[in-house]
Amino acid sequence: MLGLSKEILDHPAIWRGSQYAKVAFASIPTGHSVLDEQLPGGGWPRAALTEILAERQGIGEFALLMPALAQLSKSREWIALVNPPYIPYAPALANAGVELARVIVLHPGNDQESLWAAERCLRSKACSAVVFWAPTHIEHTSCRRLQWAAEAGQTWGVMCREAYWARHTSPAALRLLLEKTPDQLKIHLLKRRGGSGVREIFLDEAPVPFITPSQTRAVPTWQPPRLRHRAA
Amino acid sequence: MLWTCLHLPDLSLQLALRAGDVAQALVTTQGGQRPQVLSCNAEALRCGIRPGMLVSAALALTPRLIERTRDPRAEAQALHSLAQWAGQFTPDLALQSDRALLLEVENCLRLFGGLRTLTTRLQNELEALGYRATIAHAPTPTAAWLFAQAGIATTLRDRHELKRALSPLPLGLLHQPRDVVEKLEQMGIRTIGECLKLPRDGLSRRFGQALLNEMDRALGRIPDPRPSFVAPTTYEGRLPLPSPILEVEAMLFATKRLVMEMTGFLTRREAGVTLLKLDLWHEDEPPTHVDLRLTLPSRDPATLLQLLRERLTHITLKARVEVIGLRADEIAPLAGRNLTLFPDEQDEAEERQRLIEHLRARLGVEKVHSVATFPDHRPEFAYRSCEPGKSPVEACALKRPLWLLQQPRPLPWDEAGPRLDGPLTLTAGPERIESGWWDGRDIRRDYFTARTTRGQTLWVFRERGPAQGWYVHGLFG
Repeated sequence: MLGLSKEILDHPAIWRGSQYAKVAFASIPTGHSVLDEQLPGGGWPRAALTEILAERQGIGEFALLMPALAQLSKSREWIALVNPPYIPYAPALANAGVELARVIVLHPGNDQESLWAAERCLRSKACSAVVFWAPTHIEHTSCRRLQWAAEAGQTWGVMCREAYWARHTSPAALRLLLEKTPDQLKIHLLKRRGGSGVREIFLDEAPVPFITPSQTRAVPTWQPPRLRHRAA
Repeated sequence: MLWTCLHLPDLSLQLALRAGDVAQALVTTQGGQRPQVLSCNAEALRCGIRPGMLVSAALALTPRLIERTRDPRAEAQALHSLAQWAGQFTPDLALQSDRALLLEVENCLRLFGGLRTLTTRLQNELEALGYRATIAHAPTPTAAWLFAQAGIATTLRDRHELKRALSPLPLGLLHQPRDVVEKLEQMGIRTIGECLKLPRDGLSRRFGQALLNEMDRALGRIPDPRPSFVAPTTYEGRLPLPSPILEVEAMLFATKRLVMEMTGFLTRREAGVTLLKLDLWHEDEPPTHVDLRLTLPSRDPATLLQLLRERLTHITLKARVEVIGLRADEIAPLAGRNLTLFPDEQDEAEERQRLIEHLRARLGVEKVHSVATFPDHRPEFAYRSCEPGKSPVEACALKRPLWLLQQPRPLPWDEAGPRLDGPLTLTAGPERIESGWWDGRDIRRDYFTARTTRGQTLWVFRERGPAQGWYVHGLFG
């Protein structure tokens, strides 16, 4: 082992190519231990931009953030949702454990305004997390501004974009590409601070423990055969 | 007693130039048949125009002359606004003539760190308001006013020095009828000092008691009570622009003057503004009103100007703006705070309010909100928008999607069930929701969780009423 003692190699500031750095980044636990292990700092980076590239909407990209958002809101920190594509549904957010009183939703009128609003929220010390659904096309310089704003405001910024942008470079500190396999969410770690480790991880279905109707009260049992015609 | 007089020598000109400087020659006139120049700006002076000249003569010197007729009402209003601003320095203040303010400052010198500091502060703040004033201090109000009128920025605190200091001042400064002063001048009496040497009984016989009284008041020999200025409970300021404009920056420059003035008024009342109204008067069109509502009262000029900037840059004006008016329509007490070593909750709350106000000023009030749950079984009524930070939450233990569509979207379907990019697989359900018969928007639906062939999880329902069909209502995100 090149004569290096284990103590030196275990020092948090030293990392080898095959490892990601175990530098103490301020971070927020993601709530998924598999993912935490692979992220530098052991969670979503505070004071940086995270880019989430989803193949399509509705595969669990928003739910992935829920445990962290719930935890932040419970510790009385504020969350801004900028330019959401649909209505962020209050009952579901409450179910996921998010304190609704700590959430502000912004609906800017156009692309320019939504970039401005995202940057303003990131820069402000008032918000701890800003989730921003980016317009279809945004300039590289705009991404850079967002990253700087997140650093200046010590804010966890999340930018949700289409998977198409995975092949382009980005100044975001962490980039994840989400893909759906039949029963799991596949996360490609495109970029993270401090080198490379495992490139792909799999998360099981429904990371947020939803309470299903059957757990709360008796409902007529579901009979699938009548609706699931196999031969059609 | 120590009185401070703020005298604005050429108020008409100052008002014309307050909202922005003019490069051309500009004069103010008295109006009337043969208008005379009252005061003129630097460029007009350079052209050889002097106060007292006929406007026709001035036009001969420079044809590109801007002429403004003096508006005594606007001047009175401006002085009134200035008095509201000055209320932050002392509770005892009075209007003197039509272009001066008198402030009794003896009792508040300690608060402002001495006379010199106070004078500097007055000067700086007046400059920020766009005014240029002579500031004189004297033990009696009349003396302070006489010194300020003469343009002598004196700081006289000894009552016994008054007579000596007032002696060289010309008689014309006194508030006496024109003919009294002229008669005295014809007698060779030109200064207050010379007049004081005359025998008192003779003087009062020939010119009445008023002249003697005024001089006695100046010297502090007889009392000189002043009616205290009673400030109205709201602030209203108006500023005519040097020329009609459309540029936001120029408007903001003028607005800044008014905001600074309002800040003084709010400081006096220990309050912050919660509803600010900016009125933009146009040449021919009806005025544009810009309302700025603040959740937390504020009197910080930087914050207010930033919010006004956002509002002004995002409105389209029908025509050029001639006059800007600012009103503090609603004010609320601004509680004093103890300073703390570490940032506390209150800091965070203020920072948050500032953020929300800034966002609302630019995006619009209804574009920035919080969400709340609402106790209704119908999914489209089970949420509400609400004021940020004030979300009532009713627990809902049922499985709900993170995204709800604005309107349920119909899905193509056949006997096999609904389709979207291929057949949908129903993974959970049905959850029957039948509700809302009381308000005519009743629903009868069976909700299912469905999976598309491409891995999306949807929230779909089957209409159970006469209108059959499948719809998608949400995404599990």
